[in-house]
Amino acid sequence: MALLQISEPGGKPTTPAHRIAVGIDLGTTNSLVSASCGAGVEVLPDASGNYLLPSVVAYASDTDPVVGSVARAQSTKDPKNTISSVKRLLGRALSEVEQAPQFKQYEFDAERGDGAPAIVTAAGVKDPIQVSADILQTLVYQAEHSLKAKLEGAVITVPAYFNDAQRQQTKDAAKLIGLNVLRLLNEPTAAAVAYGLDSKEQGTVVVFDLGGGTFDVSLLRLQSGVFEVLATGGDTALGGDDFDHAIVDWIKQQAGFQVLSSTDEAKLLHYATSMKHQLSNSEEVSIEFNGWSGSLSASDFRDITEALVKRTILTCRRVLRDAQLEVEAIDNIVMVGGSTRMPVVRQAVEKFFGKAPLTDIDPDKVVAIGAGIQADVLIGNKSADDFLLLDVTPLSLGIETMGELVEKIIPRNTTIPVAKAQEFTTFKDGQTAMALHVVQGERELVSDCRSLARFELRDIPPMVAGAAKIRVTFQVDADGLLSVMAEELSTGTKAEIQVKPSYGLNADAIEEMLKVSHENAKADMEIRALREAQIEAKQLIDAINSAREIDGDLLEASEARQIDNAIEHLASLIASGTSVQIHESTEELNRISSLFAARRMDLHIGEALKGESIDKVEQ
Amino acid sequence: MAISITENAAKHVTEQLESRGHGLGIRVGVTTTGCSGMAYVLEFADKLEVGDQVFEDQGVKIIVDPKSLVYIDGTEMDFVKQGVNEGFEFKNPNAKGECGCGESFSV
Repeated sequence: MALLQISEPGGKPTTPAHRIAVGIDLGTTNSLVSASCGAGVEVLPDASGNYLLPSVVAYASDTDPVVGSVARAQSTKDPKNTISSVKRLLGRALSEVEQAPQFKQYEFDAERGDGAPAIVTAAGVKDPIQVSADILQTLVYQAEHSLKAKLEGAVITVPAYFNDAQRQQTKDAAKLIGLNVLRLLNEPTAAAVAYGLDSKEQGTVVVFDLGGGTFDVSLLRLQSGVFEVLATGGDTALGGDDFDHAIVDWIKQQAGFQVLSSTDEAKLLHYATSMKHQLSNSEEVSIEFNGWSGSLSASDFRDITEALVKRTILTCRRVLRDAQLEVEAIDNIVMVGGSTRMPVVRQAVEKFFGKAPLTDIDPDKVVAIGAGIQADVLIGNKSADDFLLLDVTPLSLGIETMGELVEKIIPRNTTIPVAKAQEFTTFKDGQTAMALHVVQGERELVSDCRSLARFELRDIPPMVAGAAKIRVTFQVDADGLLSVMAEELSTGTKAEIQVKPSYGLNADAIEEMLKVSHENAKADMEIRALREAQIEAKQLIDAINSAREIDGDLLEASEARQIDNAIEHLASLIASGTSVQIHESTEELNRISSLFAARRMDLHIGEALKGESIDKVEQ
Repeated sequence: MAISITENAAKHVTEQLESRGHGLGIRVGVTTTGCSGMAYVLEFADKLEVGDQVFEDQGVKIIVDPKSLVYIDGTEMDFVKQGVNEGFEFKNPNAKGECGCGESFSV
C-alpha cells in the first residue's frame, strides 16, 4: 500500500489526490465511460448497474432531455423527438444526410446558415453537437456519481476514419458541457492500448470491430510508441442485427410462417437475438414459437450466417491489400464489439489470419478501457515513461514561398503535438505585407498540394529585401488541429490562423497523394531547381536595377552596356532556359556587376567616414 | 476492539509530535474516496470529539472515531521504508481488497 504521513488535523490528504479522468467511448449505438482504479481501468455502471448507455436522446417540451434506455424504449412512440445514431450526423452537412432512410423520420432545420443537420424537436432545434453533448453529460453524471468525485478531464474515442470536422465537433460537444478533453483517441488504437500492445517495440495490429449495426476493420502499425493507421475498411450496414434477421428468416422458412403481425415479428426478432446469444455458449437451442417447435444447432447457424461472416473476411482481405501486407505480417488481432462473441465470427477470423484473435477483454468495453488507460496517463497519475501514446501527421504541412514552391515546415509522420518555426524574409524592397498560404502534401509545387488556408501579415516596416525577419510557427495539437502564426520580429506584428478544414482526408486520399508524390519525385526536384534559379536571377536583376537608380553614375557607359546585355540575356533565360543555364548566367551577371558593387561600397564607406576624426576611425 | 502500533512506528510518531510541539496523539480514521471505496486518514490530534475511542500503545495515544473503528479494528500501524520513500503503513485485517495504488481499500 501507499505509505502515509501524519498530516495536520483537517489538513491536506495524506497522499497526493488521485486525479479523476475518464475514458469515453461515444458510440453510434451505445456509449460507455471508464476510469482508472489504481489496479486497473474499469467501466463504470449507471445506478441500475448497466454498463452500456444507449446513445439515444429523447427531447420533450416540458422536461430535460432523457438519454439512454428510457429514450430508446420510446423511440417508436415518438420517432420525431427521439434522436439515435447522432454520431453519423456529426461533422456532416445537411445535404449529405437528409436523404438517408435512417434519418427520414426527422424534420431537419433547413434555414440554418451553417448547413449542419439540425433536427427540429419539441424542445427546439438540436444540432448534432448538442445531442452528443447531452449523451456526454449523462456519462459524466454517471461517472461522477460512481466515483463520488469531480472529473478533471476525459479522453473520448472517435473512429479512425473521422475527419477534422467530425473530430472538432466531438470536442465542441464536450466543451458545451464544460468537459475538458485531454485527447481524442482513435477507437482501434484504444482497443490495442487496452490489450497493452502499445508497450511493445513494434508490431502490426488488426482491430476487428463488429458492432450492432456497423463493421470496421483497422490496420495499425506500431513503431517506437506511435500507432499509425495504415488502412481502414468496413461496412456501415453490417452488424449483429443482420445475424438476428438471418435467424428470423430461417425460423420463418422452417415453420412455414408466411405473414406475421408486426408484434409477432418484433417478438420473433427479440427471440432470435436471445438464441444468438445462447449459441455463443451451447451447441443447440430449441425453439417454440406460435405453436411451432424446432431447434437451431450451431452448425445450422453457421450455414445461415455464412454469407455475413464472409463479408467481414472479405473486408479484412481488402484492408490488407490496401496496406500491401500479407496475413503473416499481422502480429495481433483485437476483437471489438459485442458481435465478436459469436464463435462463427471468431473461428472465421482465426482461420483467415492463421492465429487466434485477442478476446480476453469484454469486446463491448475494450475501447472504453483503452480510453480510460490513456486518460489516467494524460491527467498525470502515471509518469509519461509508463506509457506515451503518440499520433503522427499523415502528410507534410508547409507554406508557399516565391515561385509557387512549398517550404515544408512539419514533415509527414512527425509525432504530434508539435510546434516548429522557420524564419522567412521579404522579397522586395519596402515590402510591407506578406501573404501566407498554408498547404498540405508531399509535392514541391503549391498547385500539386492541398490548400488549407490563406492569411496575410500586414504592417511590416519598409526595409530592403531580405532584411525583415518573419518567423512562421506551425503548431499541431494532440488532435491534429493546426494553427499557424506569423510574426515580424522587429515590431512584433502578428497574424494567426487556425486551420479547421471543413472536410478531411480519408486514408485513400492520403495514399493517393503519397503515391503521386513518389511517381513525380524527379520531375518535382527539377521544377524546384528551375524555380529557385529563376528567383535567384530575378532577385539579382532587381538588386542591380535599384542600385543603378541611386549610383548609376559610378558606371562608365561601356560598363553599363555590358551589364545591360547580361541582364537582357538572363531575363530571356528566366523565361525559357533550364535551371543550369539560368544559374550560369546569374553567376556571369554577378561577376560583371561585382566591380560596380565594389565601387558603391567604397563610396558609401567613404561617406560614412566623412567628418570623423582619424582617431575615432582607428578606435 | 483495539488499534496497535509497532515500536518503530511509535518512535516516529513520538518524534514528530515532539517536533510539532503540541498534540494529544494521532487520529486514525477512514474516509470514502478513491475507487475501492475507502482511504485512511492519519493526522495529529489536538482534541477529542464526542464518541472518540483512545487506544494507548507503546506510549502513543491513537484516537479513532467510532464510525471508522468498525473498518479498522485490529489494525496495526507500522513505519516502513520502501526504496527512497518512508512512511506509515496500516495492516488492516478487515481489508478485503485494495486498489493497486494502495490509496483505498474495501472491506
